[in-house]
Parts: sequence; structure tokens; C-alpha cells
Amino acid sequence: MHISRSLTVPQAFLDLAQAMICHSDPARFALAYRILWRLQGERHLLDIPTDPDVARARKMEKSVRRDYHKMTAFVRFKEVPQDGPRRAFVAWFEPDHHIVARTAPFFQRRFTDMDWVIATPMGRSAWDGEALRCDDAPADKPDLSDDTDELWRTYFVNIFNPARLKVKMMQTEMPKKYWKNLPEAEMIPGLINGAEQRVREMADRLASDTAPRFNTRLHAKTQAKTHAKIHESVQSRS
Amino acid sequence: MKKTLKQRLAILSDAAKYDASCASSGTSKRDSLKGGLGSTEGSGICHAYAPDGRCISLLKILMTNFCIYDCAYCINRSSSNVERARFTPEEVVWLTLEFYRRNYIEGLFLSSGIIRNSDYTMEQMVRITRDLRVKHGFNGYIHLKTIPEASTKLIEEAGLFADRLSINIELPTDAGFEKFAPQKHPKNIRRSMGELKNAIDDASELTLQTRRKKHFVPAGQSTQMIIGADTASDATILGTSAGLYDRYRLRRVYYSAFSPIPDSSKSLPLIKPPLMREHRLYQADWLYRFYGFEIGEITAGRVDGMLDLQLDPKLSWALENRARFPVDVNKAEREMLLRVPGFGTKTVDAILVARAHKRLGLDDLGRLRVSLKKVKPFVTAASWSPARLIDRVDLRGMFAPPPQQMELL
Ligand code: SF4
Repeated sequence: MHISRSLTVPQAFLDLAQAMICHSDPARFALAYRILWRLQGERHLLDIPTDPDVARARKMEKSVRRDYHKMTAFVRFKEVPQDGPRRAFVAWFEPDHHIVARTAPFFQRRFTDMDWVIATPMGRSAWDGEALRCDDAPADKPDLSDDTDELWRTYFVNIFNPARLKVKMMQTEMPKKYWKNLPEAEMIPGLINGAEQRVREMADRLASDTAPRFNTRLHAKTQAKTHAKIHESVQSRS
Repeated sequence: MKKTLKQRLAILSDAAKYDASCASSGTSKRDSLKGGLGSTEGSGICHAYAPDGRCISLLKILMTNFCIYDCAYCINRSSSNVERARFTPEEVVWLTLEFYRRNYIEGLFLSSGIIRNSDYTMEQMVRITRDLRVKHGFNGYIHLKTIPEASTKLIEEAGLFADRLSINIELPTDAGFEKFAPQKHPKNIRRSMGELKNAIDDASELTLQTRRKKHFVPAGQSTQMIIGADTASDATILGTSAGLYDRYRLRRVYYSAFSPIPDSSKSLPLIKPPLMREHRLYQADWLYRFYGFEIGEITAGRVDGMLDLQLDPKLSWALENRARFPVDVNKAEREMLLRVPGFGTKTVDAILVARAHKRLGLDDLGRLRVSLKKVKPFVTAASWSPARLIDRVDLRGMFAPPPQQMELL
């Protein structure tokens, strides 16, 4: 293939192509190449979001962006023992596209003061405080556990409001394919099944007639205060 | 017996779930490449979703659910028999950092019941944020719910460490306050909002020496209103929101469908949370902030001041203002394109770019992933004109969902 030396491309194409090549669809290269070729004659091609090639490319870009976003959201680090002052964490994640290298700088910016490795079927990224390393050799799923996951599950269970059950909404944003690597996801079926019962119980259990002791004391205090005030004002007047 | 950390986490996150906000976006961009832990990237990340469909972005907890106030709608009110607990500041710091390191969260959303007095409570909360930022170099997101009646000095200190401060007005009208939160003073809440707005304005001016903006509540302030606990109409609620946006430049007003709480007060309705109503209010709020609608326009066609539950407010406005349609996608101004049901702001921007290069037809709109079924009656495009469609008497029927039996609790 021969490309003339004077080939110029807009920055917008570079951004688009960089996202496209992460896509898992084998047709991505041919499409990127065709757009590059057409750009030589149609300089404003990328401004036409309704063009079929551009629309397809944008769709790929969007899918890669979403995958990137979900990876930054759903990676779960587990602590592993390590000598020395830095703490160490390992995560296992299964992305749809080739985004391990694309997401690595995000984790570096965020988790700078700890060592970490993210292993995926599409390669690994790792940071040790000095160098960020990425490869694309498929990794094996490590066997990991972390006690703090139990606290996280406790939080997940209790922040859920059973009176607002909206399972479909949850699943569009957190599709089931991610669940197996999310420590909190094992709680979901139980939460859904128990929701109605919990709401009914709340409805049945009307407000109790007795207030807690400290409330009674509080009332007594404020009443005493107002009493004292009245008393004062009465005295000062007399 | 003293409760374990896990037991207290259960109680104090349960108590926090009635706050709708979990947003962590719109703050300054930060990273830890020069030290510390954490980053903020402009748009926040939802790290999980609960089965209620809500995003979990922050560790949203109360410092304590003891409270000396007795607000009827609140699970923490002093007369409720709910189980009580309290975190030490160190425990909140530890939970935040350890959750953050495992990538469960973007940061902390801390609020609290009022113990002893407002200033004492606020002081403890400020200490937590100060420790996170100064002692532990935490660069993640912090949202602090300020305590009503806390002193200005404390709130200003909080602003140095927090990305966002909020104070919930909860009730849309002053009459609602008197009935349900007699110990709170709406006037003081508005005063706090005003003071915070001024402080944010001051900080956003460049300082002479450094030519940089002071770091002060970069994600601004927000508030929340409860929907359905009192009798305020949607028009009243949205009017209150508009006033808050304009006067105090709030970033967000959250709407929280009143939800039955355990051991709830007898003065409150025992209902299923009006989720659809809440959703419609968010949509109307969105139209006001991003689509150039006035609140009056949105609620004008509604005799009882309530939004149509069956149709979204934009569609409902369009049906009441049919004379302004169809809109020509190849010629109309941005303002009018924004009013077409089915066009979002991004779609409108894409249309404006694309039509400079070619005349757009329905197939082009389809490629912008617009729902053609929804927009067709309202637009003209290359070889498409809906002239008759807009006059159809059953137009509403084309969009409204089939009638459903009312669900009762
Ligand atoms: S002051 Fe806040 S925590 Fe206390 S009862 Fe009122 S709303 Fe609830």
C-alpha cells in the first residue's frame, strides 16, 4: 500500500482512530482506512455525523468510550501482602475491547501512592511508583480476597432503598456480565426478592406511640429552658 | 455492648439513603502524580448501581444519626425509635480511604444529625474533611452537607476542603417548614445559601499574587426538596427551584420522592414514593436549565399545577403549542430545535453542524440515533412533511402509554 508523503489528517481523525483501533471488531482497521482515504477528498467528512461511515465509526468510538468508563468504574482492587512502605493491590477485570493501555494512565493518576496490577484476558497494566507497564498477553484470573469487601457489601445493602425498586435501570447501567467480578453483586438477588416484604413491613409497622428516652429528656430540657426564660423575664419585670 | 464498625456502617448508611444526590462531577481536575491519593476527572464515575437504579458514586453516610431536632419526614428525628449509632472522625476517614483504594467510590458524601448544637456538629465534620485533605493528602471528591444554623466561619472553613457543600431545604414552602420542621428556619437556610454564594463569588476572582483562583467549593452548592410529603404542587416546587437557581446560583436542585421510612411520623402520608412525579420534575428542571424553557411555560397548560405524569413535559408542551410546529430541521434556529420532542442538546448540535454540509432527511436523523417515531410529527426535513399529522386529534394517544391500574401500597 502506498500513501503519499503529503498525507494530512485532522486532529479529530487521530482522536477517532485511536479509539477505533481499541475496538474488538476486526473490521475496524478497514473502516478507519476508508475514512482516512475519503478525508483526502472530503476534508469536512468528520463534520457530517450523518454519513454512514462516520456514523459507524462514531458508534465504535462510543462503545470503546463506554467500555473505558465501565472499567474505571468496576475495577475492584484487592489488597495483597507486600514488604516495604508501599501497599499493593491486584484487580481482575474483563473488558469488551482492547482498552488496558488506554485506561492505565487513569489508574496511575488516581492510585499513585500504591502498587497495583490490573489483569485481564486482554493483557495487564501495572504501576510501581516509577513505571507504568502494559502488555497485551492474556492473563489468568488470580485468586483474590479482601476483608474490606465485606464492609463494602454492608454499605451496598444499606444504601439501597427497597421502596424504589428499579431493576431494569440498574441493569442497563451495570449489566450482568460485570457482576461476577463485583464483590457487591452477590447481594443483588436477595435485595430484589426481599424488597416488597420490607416495604410492606414498614407500612404495617405504624409509628410507635412511645418516643425514645433521649427525646423525652430533650423535650424536658427545652421546656425547662423556656420556663426559666419566662421566669427570668417575670423576675426582671418585677 | 458497643456496636461493631460494620453494624454502625449499616445504620449510618441506611440513614443516609434518603439524600438523592450522589454526584461527583463538575469539580476541579486533580490527580496525585505529585503526591497523595486520588483524582477527579471532571465527570464523576458511578462505581455501582443499587437495585433502586441509583448511582453509587460516593460513600454516603451520616457521622451520627442522633439528632436533637424533630423533623417529621426524617428517619433520624429525635422522636423516632430507629437504632442510633455514631462514627468517630477517625473511622470516617479510614472508611473513606480504604473504600477509595479499592476503587469502590469517588469520595465521601458526609452529612449528620445534629448533636449538642449546630457548631459542635459542624466542627466535627470539618475536622474529618481537614484530616482527609491535609493529613492524608486525599484528592478525591468530598461533598459535605452543612448543618443548618452553623456559623459562617465553620462553613467557610469547610469550603476550603469540600468540592461541594449543600444545605437541604427539603420543603418547598415556608408553610411546610412550620408544619413538618418547626425547629428549622427557612429564612436562615436562605441566608446560608446567600452567604455561600457570595463566598464562592469572592473566591472565583483571581488573587493578585498568584493569579490563580482560590480553591473553594469548586463543584458549587446544591440542595434537595422532598416531593409528596406536603401538598405543594409541581408549579410551586419548580417555582421555588427557579428562585434558588437564579438567586443563589445552585448547581443542582435534587428532588426526592417522599419514601416511607421505618417508624414514620403519623402526620405524613403512607404512600408509595411518587417516582414518576419525581422523574417529571427532573425533566422539567432540565428543560429550565438547558433548553431555554421558562417554568411558567412548562406548567402553563396544567390547571392543577401538576405536570402530566403520562407524557414528558417537553412533549406535553409541544402538544399544547402545536401552532409552533412543524419545525424545519434544515432552517430552524437552535432555540426552536431544542423544543422539538425527541431532540437532545447533543442532537441539536450535531444537526447544526451536519446541515451546513447537506440537506438533512429523516434517514440522517435516524443515524443521529433520534427516535423517528417521536420526532416525525414535529419536524419537516428533506422529502418529509408531517403537515397533517400535527393536526390529528389523537396525537396524544400516539404517545401516551396505555392506561394502567393505579398501584396502591
Ligand atoms: S435536623 Fe436533619 S437529621 Fe435532624 S431530624 Fe431534621 S432533617 Fe433529620
